Amino acid sequence: MISLAGRDILNAWGKFVFTGIGLGLLIGVTLTMAGVYRGMVDDGKALLDNSGADLWVVQLGTLGPYAESSSINDDVYRSILSVPGVAQTANVTYLTMQVRQGRRDVRSMVVGIVAGGLGKPGWPPYLVAGRQITRSHYEAVADIATGFKLGDRIQVRRNHYTVVGLTRRMVSSSGDPMVFIPLKDAQEAQFLKDNDAVLKQRQRTAENPSFNRPGVPGLLDAVIASQSKNPYVNAVLVRIQPGYSANEVAQKIHRWQRLTAYTRSQMEEILIGKLIATSSKQIGMFLVILAIVSAAIVAFIIYTLTMDKIREIAVLKLIGTRNRTIAAMIMQQAIALGVIGFVVGKITATFAAPLFPKYVLLMPLDTVAGFFAILIICVLASLIAIRMALKVDPAEAIGG
Amino acid sequence: MKTIRIQGRSLALLAVVLPLLALFVYVVLRSGPLAPVTVTVSTVEARSISPGLFGVGTVEARFSYRIGPTIAGRVKRLDVHVGDRVHAGQLLGEMDPVDLDDRVRAQEAALKHAQAALHEAEARQAYAQSQAKRYEQLLITHTTSEEIAATKKQDLKIANAALVAARQNLARVRADGAAVVAQRNNLRLVSPVDGLVVARDAEPGSTVVAGQSVVEVIDPQSLWIHVRFDQNSATGLTADLPAKITLRSRNGQSLKGGVLRVEPLADPVTEEILAKIVFDDLPDPLPPIGELAEVTVTLPELPAMPVVSNAVVRTEGGQLGVWQVEDGELHFVSVKLGQGNLDGQVQIREGLAIGDHVVVYSEKALSKRSRLHIVEQLPEAAK
Repeated sequence: MISLAGRDILNAWGKFVFTGIGLGLLIGVTLTMAGVYRGMVDDGKALLDNSGADLWVVQLGTLGPYAESSSINDDVYRSILSVPGVAQTANVTYLTMQVRQGRRDVRSMVVGIVAGGLGKPGWPPYLVAGRQITRSHYEAVADIATGFKLGDRIQVRRNHYTVVGLTRRMVSSSGDPMVFIPLKDAQEAQFLKDNDAVLKQRQRTAENPSFNRPGVPGLLDAVIASQSKNPYVNAVLVRIQPGYSANEVAQKIHRWQRLTAYTRSQMEEILIGKLIATSSKQIGMFLVILAIVSAAIVAFIIYTLTMDKIREIAVLKLIGTRNRTIAAMIMQQAIALGVIGFVVGKITATFAAPLFPKYVLLMPLDTVAGFFAILIICVLASLIAIRMALKVDPAEAIGG
Repeated sequence: MKTIRIQGRSLALLAVVLPLLALFVYVVLRSGPLAPVTVTVSTVEARSISPGLFGVGTVEARFSYRIGPTIAGRVKRLDVHVGDRVHAGQLLGEMDPVDLDDRVRAQEAALKHAQAALHEAEARQAYAQSQAKRYEQLLITHTTSEEIAATKKQDLKIANAALVAARQNLARVRADGAAVVAQRNNLRLVSPVDGLVVARDAEPGSTVVAGQSVVEVIDPQSLWIHVRFDQNSATGLTADLPAKITLRSRNGQSLKGGVLRVEPLADPVTEEILAKIVFDDLPDPLPPIGELAEVTVTLPELPAMPVVSNAVVRTEGGQLGVWQVEDGELHFVSVKLGQGNLDGQVQIREGLAIGDHVVVYSEKALSKRSRLHIVEQLPEAAK
């Protein structure tokens, strides 16, 4: 029993393999697009995982701190600590901005973390180089995607920070790498924009006659001093004691502290269901179109490959080959093509993924689903080709 | 011949397909959930560390003199400018006396008037005394009436009283004059110490209220740094500890100093402990008042204990701990931390022993089931 399909492939293996590779590149693009979609969702989850919190306490009635702006006093954490079931609290600020280093600047999310609280919520959970922040001012831990190196001096607003540690996969929901700095500096960075702005604000206050009264020396200084303080943070991250339910503690905080508290699942709902909803749908839509186009091209290639061989098939029919044998040959070829395409696609997708500026997550389940989808598409496409092949008139083998 | 050709083709096909398959297997094993996590591992060592405290503060003058009038008025003249060195008792400026000079002259006239009145009273008293004496003798020889003699006696008493009144009036007028002169002198702005003029808050012609400062003088020898330490990381801060001071304008140059005192009152709002740091030698030129300074206080060296880098410390399920590697197996050990130094070394009080292997850096979060690929340095960090 000789394999007709094998013999045929061997006959023109170069053409076959290169068609498979071409198909593979197309499948690779589709898999990568699926990875881009998964990466977006994963960025959102990474943000929540990295904060290490069970509850996010934010300004009453806001969807903060990621999806909306939220601002609460920085001493609120003390009263939250007194709520039964709360194990740890930590103030945190988030601010997306350009961080300058030398001549270039990097778009990043600056996170203010409580100094001296090693292992508190909000701290980078692991590092790839360097160390965690030890000073309460002017040190930074940056995500490796920022391109900063250990010892680099970076500028956030008015102050310079030394990069003392590097971490990985610490991103905002929009994929911007994070830069962690001590909370007090971050509060200042949120408020004191730059020297020019500070100077202008002072002048504006000095020109206001109600603040600069001749009879009350010192009033202007006091007003300016109170203006240059920022006693606010964006959220308080809360860890819950074992044995307490996150929902109950969240309700207690909402009821007695008059603040909104979100649990992990609610936060995920906000991030994935609201914050990145449209952009992920956009990518998802693109993925669907790409999958349909890929399927159409696969079908078309198999159909053309069969049509190329229509004369040989006619000869086969002429010498009395059974229909089943011919059908098996075409289907085997289609599946072989699909497998080569899938293998090449998976390889290209895996090697291409790290080259993307944003995170591309290739999920094994997606890969498996993709494999079966390709097989089904190949089988379906070969059915059309088989139908054409079986309909061919054996006379064509000898006729014009 | 034919079979050889076919074999040749098969070989060529295999030559393409096999590497492809090998690459595929590699890709599946090296990415995704089956891939091992690249980590670096270090050994827990016994080491003695000296913890450091880090604070930020501003340069301030311990003694700062805000010189101004005690009553509202207009500045008449100011002789000193910012940056001038002044000595104790030097006249820095003067307030406008308005009518005080005229009142001094009036007081002088009043003094002369009182003196004249005193002379008059003395003359009247001398005359009254001689008259009283004469009539007393005349009364003895009965050449005058008793009534006239009594009148003369009374005249003397009145003259005595008028003399006392004139004397006291003179004293009062003198005191009044002294008071006006003192008020006049009070308008002079005088430096209480040898010092440096740091501010000139009002110019001649401007009106200031009582207590408002016109000139500010500091004692430059008394510069210190008012430093704020985060309460979280101020363990062991006491007076007399050595400190390193870095002024913002002299970055890279570190000056020596020491903790003068830790303030008994901490800042409850900003949650900071306040301390005063003095320079061992005052820098030259003097740093401007209000300049930002970073202060690192070094605490005495601690006895040797198991020490790890703070990058080792992780949190799992709310527990502080480390990932320990034992015979290639990973497990999470919760630890109690001691003090740490500013270079990121932290003591382990409980949970680990000297010689234990722990994960330092990892390319992602670890779990119990993670397969490890141990390297010297993470490839990404080496770039």
